Amino acid sequence: MDELVYTIAFYVLAAITIASAIGVVTKTNLVHSALLLALCFIGISGLYVLLQADFLAAVQILIYGGAVAVLIVLGIMLTQRSKMNDTNRDIGQGKGVGIICGLFMALMIIVIATTPWHYSTSMVPQDTPSMIAQLLLSHYMVAFEAASVLLLVGMMGAITLAKGGSRE
Amino acid sequence: MIGLVHYLLVAAMLFVIGLYGVLTKRNIVAILMSIELMLNAVNINLVAFSRFINPELLLGQAFVVFTITVAAAEVAVGLALVFRVYHDHDTVHIDKLNGMRW
Repeated sequence: MDELVYTIAFYVLAAITIASAIGVVTKTNLVHSALLLALCFIGISGLYVLLQADFLAAVQILIYGGAVAVLIVLGIMLTQRSKMNDTNRDIGQGKGVGIICGLFMALMIIVIATTPWHYSTSMVPQDTPSMIAQLLLSHYMVAFEAASVLLLVGMMGAITLAKGGSRE
Repeated sequence: MIGLVHYLLVAAMLFVIGLYGVLTKRNIVAILMSIELMLNAVNINLVAFSRFINPELLLGQAFVVFTITVAAAEVAVGLALVFRVYHDHDTVHIDKLNGMRW
């Protein structure tokens, strides 16, 4: 019974994720694409819950579903002057690109199906946030500090770029 | 029984959809959205490997925290660049931004 619920939940969440991702690249209205992108992020966070990554699921909703989606909608609103219809056209060569992407997908399926994976039978620890925190603040201390510096530099760069220098 | 292979296939599909969007879209913001899809596909892969290959270490999840950090910085800088381009050229369609064409 538990197994069945897990299977159904996986397929439903995977279907939501893939369908909204397809919507993101096929919709011709840019705002619809952005909203479907938020839905896709929420589906991915559901997949994280199924993978027992509860902390990452919360982070995914907070950062992607909240911040990134809102930021992208803001970007659309600030860069579109007229109506939103037909703002997300693609080039006429969709068929050739589709063939290339299909070949890449076939290659990925072959690689995934033929690789012998070494599964582990041990369980995920119950308290994932504290274990991730211990990893980040002990073994990956330097990378953690570098990430914080990256965020600071990114913020300063974004402000400088968006503000713009004086012309003269 | 849902295993590692199912998650890898979902992530591969998501990555290919994002790749298609990057290659076909003409609006810079739409290209940024497709790049986000590809980054999320990679994150699903990392979490799935962490869950099924060595679940007791949580290394994949710690790595995903860094990936999300870099992705957030990338979106902020990318959108600032888009604003700058829009301010200077009055368009965000890459067909019209061909100043560096050979």
